[in-house]
Amino acid sequence: MVKRLMFEKPLGMRDTLPFFYRQKAKVRKQLSEEIIAHGYSFMDTPFLEYHETVGEVSATLDQQLFKLLDQQGHTLVLRPDMTAPIARVAASQLKNSEFPLRLAYDGPVFRAQQTEGGKPAQFEQVGTELIGDHSSFGDAEVIALLVDSLKKAGLDDFVITVGHIGYVKAFFSDLLEDDDETIDRLLEYLYRKNYVGFREAVKQLSIKHDKQQALLQLLSLRGGEEIFESSRSLARNQSCMQAVNDLKQLYRLLKQHGVEKYIQFDLNLISHMDYYTGILFEGYAPNLGALLCNGGRYDALLPSFQLNASATGFAIHVERLVEALNESEDNDERIGIIVDDDSFQRGMQKAKEYRKNGYSVLLQHVDQIPDVQSFKQELANTEDMTEAGGGQDE
Amino acid sequence: MSNKLTIAMPKGRIYEEAAELMKQAGYDLGADQDESRKLILEFPEQNIQIMMAKPMDVVTYVEYGAADIGIAGKDVLLEQDRDVYEVLDLKISPCYVAVAGLPDQPMNRIAPKIATKYPKVASDYFREQGEQIEIIPLNGSIELAPLIGLADRIVDIVSTGRTLRENGLVEYEKIADITSRLIVNPVSYRLKSEEIDRMVNKLSEVMEGEEV
Repeated sequence: MVKRLMFEKPLGMRDTLPFFYRQKAKVRKQLSEEIIAHGYSFMDTPFLEYHETVGEVSATLDQQLFKLLDQQGHTLVLRPDMTAPIARVAASQLKNSEFPLRLAYDGPVFRAQQTEGGKPAQFEQVGTELIGDHSSFGDAEVIALLVDSLKKAGLDDFVITVGHIGYVKAFFSDLLEDDDETIDRLLEYLYRKNYVGFREAVKQLSIKHDKQQALLQLLSLRGGEEIFESSRSLARNQSCMQAVNDLKQLYRLLKQHGVEKYIQFDLNLISHMDYYTGILFEGYAPNLGALLCNGGRYDALLPSFQLNASATGFAIHVERLVEALNESEDNDERIGIIVDDDSFQRGMQKAKEYRKNGYSVLLQHVDQIPDVQSFKQELANTEDMTEAGGGQDE
Repeated sequence: MSNKLTIAMPKGRIYEEAAELMKQAGYDLGADQDESRKLILEFPEQNIQIMMAKPMDVVTYVEYGAADIGIAGKDVLLEQDRDVYEVLDLKISPCYVAVAGLPDQPMNRIAPKIATKYPKVASDYFREQGEQIEIIPLNGSIELAPLIGLADRIVDIVSTGRTLRENGLVEYEKIADITSRLIVNPVSYRLKSEEIDRMVNKLSEVMEGEEV
């Protein structure tokens, strides 16, 4: 057993230092202002949940859950996402309130990282859930709110890619006649983003040539609204047509929301093996190696808490958004008032004035500062009221 | 102005073969870069930047977004299981991963030892076979392990089989075919889709042309 060094933290855990805390707080404030402006109410749930309830139904893989035992021996999990706990609340304490429910959250979620030490195992998500609205208007509302929130936070260069799991599944079950094993294998290739494997698997299927071609053409269904036409001509059954119509309707509504320039479509998009049930989406920004935000419609989650309702929502990774915004670290806006024994009283009066006007002010006795010059440089503004400092404003 | 593409490529033979493919697809990346010790090569007229990397590291550069595109062996992709798009089989440097060992040597029944530089590929394969094994990780000269009694079997890349033969080893089972793949970072795949799609389409036309 290696002895731990004093600075070490558990794998994937990070400290939030003041400058980063300020950046996160700013982003959090802007996102929640936008979300509240759209009539969503913020709520919170405990960090710990039962594995049997939230742990079982969450979209996070079991091996990524942090598990622990309570005093009675029950297995608990640190919440791996906010969607499952909110579904639990919607299906219990809130089940008699007026639907559709518009809920929002902001808080840390936990996902264990096994392979690499560098990736965070705890990160903050801001998100929304629209519960009990199964229309395209609901899908559009959530995506438009996501776009508006990111813009409010100051991000302008990003892309939201929208897919529809209903299309892919209906397409496969039509062409492959409900051969579930093959369908799962093909879905797995798409989920793993392995198009080479997908093509090889399709070529090895003993089905008619035209069906193979159709399956291969699925890979080209991405881009702007022009893909509606090709996905419609590839569509062979009612469910596929329905999905294409959903997407068209969604796009029409997104245009009315005025956010269409951020939207791309990709009918191969599979964010998760079996969680989403309709429209789903992922958001990306330049200079971020990884996903910025994601979401979609999940109609099977609430029924697992005995509430028959459809829901849709998004989640934004706050830390990654801060990284994508790439603002300078120099965001310390504190004012420092340096005093000595004589000027203490006056300094305190002055600080009170400033504070009344909303400034962040610190009052510091000069005797406790090792290096007055560099102390002043740390702060946005200082006033030296000591005798040596001339008792004057800087 | 289109976006600049950064491509991570392995040095050596794969680079040459890949550069040849790229040339047929209309991207001139110069043929002989082997002499140079430069790690970053610029091709401003193609709006392309090439990063020279170790084959095992190409996938890492692409996953983290340091490169938009990479050319990586399927062996590395199988071993590392990283979050990248695998968009095209370039069919260059074909070989395969196989299980090999001394002839007529049954595996130890209790805890067979497998020497390999592909611990994940090896343990996944034997798990599928219902065998619980012990992995002995090595970085090179894997063929030594059965000869000196360090391992029952090895799992390694075979291209011609010459190294196996010359060391008196035989191949037992083939695990997977390996070729080089074109991989894409998930974010670049969305944000630079125009440039990347163009390159992928041109390359796949070249590939299809060769198949005929």
